[in-house]
Amino acid sequence: MNNIDINLLKKITETKDGKFEGAYNIRKNGQGIERKTTGNIEIITKKEVSGIDIFVKPNTKFEFIHIPVIITESGINDLVYNDFYIGENSKVTIIAGCGIHNDHHKDSRHDGIHRFYLEKGAKVKYIEKHYGEGSGTGKRILNPVTEVYLKENSLLEMESVQIKGVDSTIRTTKGVLDKNASFIVTEKIMTHGIQFAKTKFEVELNGENSSTKVTSRSVATEDSKQEFCSKVIGNTKCFGHVECDAIIKDNAKVIAIPEIIANNVEANLIHEAAIGKIAGEQLIKLMTLGLTEKEAEEAIINGFLK
Amino acid sequence: MLELKNICFERENKKILDNINLTIDTDKFVVITGPNGSGKSTLAKIIMGIEKPDSGEILFEGKDIIKLPINERAKLGIAFAFQQPTRFKGITVFDLLKLSSEKEINKAKACDILSKVGLCAKDYVDREINSSLSGGEIKRIEIASVAVRNSKLTIFDEPEAGIDLWSFQNLIKVFEDMRKIVKGTTLIISHQERILNIADQVILIKHGKIDKMGNKEEVLGQVKEKPLCCKLGVK
Repeated sequence: MNNIDINLLKKITETKDGKFEGAYNIRKNGQGIERKTTGNIEIITKKEVSGIDIFVKPNTKFEFIHIPVIITESGINDLVYNDFYIGENSKVTIIAGCGIHNDHHKDSRHDGIHRFYLEKGAKVKYIEKHYGEGSGTGKRILNPVTEVYLKENSLLEMESVQIKGVDSTIRTTKGVLDKNASFIVTEKIMTHGIQFAKTKFEVELNGENSSTKVTSRSVATEDSKQEFCSKVIGNTKCFGHVECDAIIKDNAKVIAIPEIIANNVEANLIHEAAIGKIAGEQLIKLMTLGLTEKEAEEAIINGFLK
Repeated sequence: MLELKNICFERENKKILDNINLTIDTDKFVVITGPNGSGKSTLAKIIMGIEKPDSGEILFEGKDIIKLPINERAKLGIAFAFQQPTRFKGITVFDLLKLSSEKEINKAKACDILSKVGLCAKDYVDREINSSLSGGEIKRIEIASVAVRNSKLTIFDEPEAGIDLWSFQNLIKVFEDMRKIVKGTTLIISHQERILNIADQVILIKHGKIDKMGNKEEVLGQVKEKPLCCKLGVK
C-alpha cells in the first residue's frame, strides 16, 4: 500500500497506519489485497459474483471486522456483494466504508451491496464512512445498498457518514424485523458544489415489539441537492421513529419525503422532518461568545454533524 | 467603565430609545427596570452590538465601541445572557461552555460552573442543548455560558422571563449569589423586586427615556407603599 492508500484508509476507518485489529478484508480497485480471519470470524470469497461472505460464529463477543474499499484508479466501476451471517448472541462491530481518490477525468464508481443476516440475540454495530478526494474532473460516485434481516431479539445499529468529496450517491437501506428486533440508523451527510445525495430508507416492522429509529442530519451547501425518502411499515404492535433534520445554505435544495404506513392498530409510527437555514439567533449567541460569523457557522455545523 | 451618550433608536416612527445618557461604574450590580415596551431590552442589545442605534456613542473603558461587531465587543469583555436562550441540535452543554470560555476548560471546570448555577453537573454536562431542556434548565445553562467568560461587563436580559414560579424561586438564589459567580460589573434587565433589592444602582426606563436613576432606596422609595407593578406603571 502506498501513501494515498493509507490516507484513504485513515479517512474511512479508525486506523493510524493502515493496519487493523481483528478480522479484515481490504479491497483496492476491484480486487481483495489483504485479508485476515480469526477463530470466530471466517471470510470467504464469493464464486458467482464479486464479493465476500463473512461468517461470525455464535456467541462471538466484542470482535471487530474491517472491510474497507479504496479506489485510486480513474474509470473503475466496482460492484461488490458482501454478505454477513452473524451467529446467535454474537456481539461484533463492523467497520466498512469506501474512499475514492480520483485525479483524472474518468468517473470512479463503487456500488457496495451489503446484506446482514442476524440470528437470534445477535448485536451488531455497523459503521460506514464515505469519502472522496483528488483533483480530477472525473466524478466520484458511491451507491451503497444495505439490507438488514433481523431475527428475534437482535439489534443492528448503523452509523453512516459522508462528509466530503462524493459527487453523487444514492444510498438504499432496507430492513425486515422479527419479534423484539431493533434497527437504529444514524446518518450524517454534507454536500458541496453540485453534489447530489439521495437516501432511500425502507423498513418493515413484522415482529411484535420490533422497533426502528432513524436519525438523519444533513447539511447542503452551494448548489448541491439532497433527497431523503423514508418508508416505515408497521405490520404489528411496533414502534418506528424517523427524524430528518437538514441545514440548507446558498442555493442548495433539500427534499424530504416521509412515508409511514400502519397496517395494525398497535403500530406507533412517527416521522419528523425539519429543513432550514442556520437560525440567526444561533449565530448571534455564538458571536456574543467572541466567534466571528464564519466561526459561529462552522461551530453550528460541526455540532450538528458530530 | 461603560458610558452611553445620546443613544437614540427609532423603528416604524416610534422612538424606542430617546436620547439615553448613562454611566455605569466598575464592579457595580446595576438593574435596569421599567414597564414592558419601555426599551430596556433594546438598550441591552445596543450595548452588546446586537442592535445598532440610529445615533449616539458607547464608550467601554474609554474606547468608542459603536462601530465594533458583536464578537469584538465580546473579546473586549462584554457578555450577554439572552432572554430566550437559543437551542442547538448536536451541541452539548460542555461544547457550549468550551466555546464560551476564553481559556481552555476541562469537564471538571465545566461541572463546577454548572453546580454554581444550580444544576446537577453530571446530568447536564453531556446533554445536547435541544428542545428536551425545560425553560428553567436552559436559563441556567445560559447563565453558566456567560459566567464562564469572567467578563468585565455581563448583561442579563430578563433572566426571570419564561421560567415558572418554582424554578424562579431557585434561580433567584443564583442571582443573589451573582457576585460570587460573575466577576466585574453586572447589568440586569429585570422586573423582579428580589433582584432590584440586591442592586447597587437601579435605573428606571419609561417610554424610551431614563425616568429615574440612583441607589435602590431612591428609585424604589415608594415601592413599599404601592405594589411594584403600580410603581413601574404596569397595568
